[in-house]
Amino acid sequence: MDSATSETRTPLGASADNGLKIVVVGGFGAGKTTLVRSVSEIRPLNTEELMTRAGEAVDDVRGVRGKHTTTVAFDFGRISLDAHNVLYLFGAPGQERFWFLWDQLFSGTLGAVVLVDTRRIDDSWYAIDRLERNGTPFIVACNDFGGPAFAPEQVRDALDLDPHVPLITCDARSRESSKLVLITLVEHLRALYADPARAPRQELV
Amino acid sequence: MSRPGRDDSPDRLYTLTQGRSRSGPDNPFDLVTLVVAECDPVPGMQSEHVAILRMTERPTAVVEIAAELKLPVNITRILLSDLLAAGRVSARHPRKAAVYDPDILEQVLVGLRNL
Repeated sequence: MDSATSETRTPLGASADNGLKIVVVGGFGAGKTTLVRSVSEIRPLNTEELMTRAGEAVDDVRGVRGKHTTTVAFDFGRISLDAHNVLYLFGAPGQERFWFLWDQLFSGTLGAVVLVDTRRIDDSWYAIDRLERNGTPFIVACNDFGGPAFAPEQVRDALDLDPHVPLITCDARSRESSKLVLITLVEHLRALYADPARAPRQELV
Repeated sequence: MSRPGRDDSPDRLYTLTQGRSRSGPDNPFDLVTLVVAECDPVPGMQSEHVAILRMTERPTAVVEIAAELKLPVNITRILLSDLLAAGRVSARHPRKAAVYDPDILEQVLVGLRNL
């Protein structure tokens, strides 16, 4: 995994004071890091979190005794939006076993992009289910790998997607296309919060 | 490169933090809290503290500091809370209410469209 060195660091402006988060969730190879790289002003960086799972119910089920440390790695990129706001994009694998980590790590996120490889749609089921239950607003972006195109209705059906959730096709390698994915998410958020009846009640831990 | 933390023995990580392995729930540092140095490094300072102070001459997010130090985020948080307690760095925390703030969302949209 690439990592920038000190020599290539691009510092933020001195007035930057508000970090914002968007999470890009997707199965292995869905193009999360590609999308982040397309729009990020820094080369995507990779870092790690160590999570102690002592006391987690899962430990009892598996009969694990004592402390058990799980390591989770994730990529991220950065976009300076203006003099104050800095948007961080996090690439998160969507598999079930990672989710108890993401809940903690990405609390307070603006929203999520579920990046779907239409050849492996079922990779996204769990992520979508979990985002819905968490009340985290999201959109679905189908990364175009040049395979047979599916009609949006087919994908929507296969994902059992709420009709209000935007579904778009993108090319994660393209900066313009990836930009449009993020814009679609934020426009969706704006519409959601403008309508109190539909506004999500995301837990802000 | 190797991933941060992966090749470090747990012993080394514990040493860095004087035995503390996890940041407590009261640790104020979010992944995107922007950290700013309030002083220059001084002789005798722990090398990670020196690196953080150099890195944060301009605002730098916790997650970037962790990536740069090649340390896990929670170890980085512990180092940062020590520096914060000593007044050597200040922290600009994300405005949690921003998630719902139409003005902030508008600013985000403008920023994205201008990319």
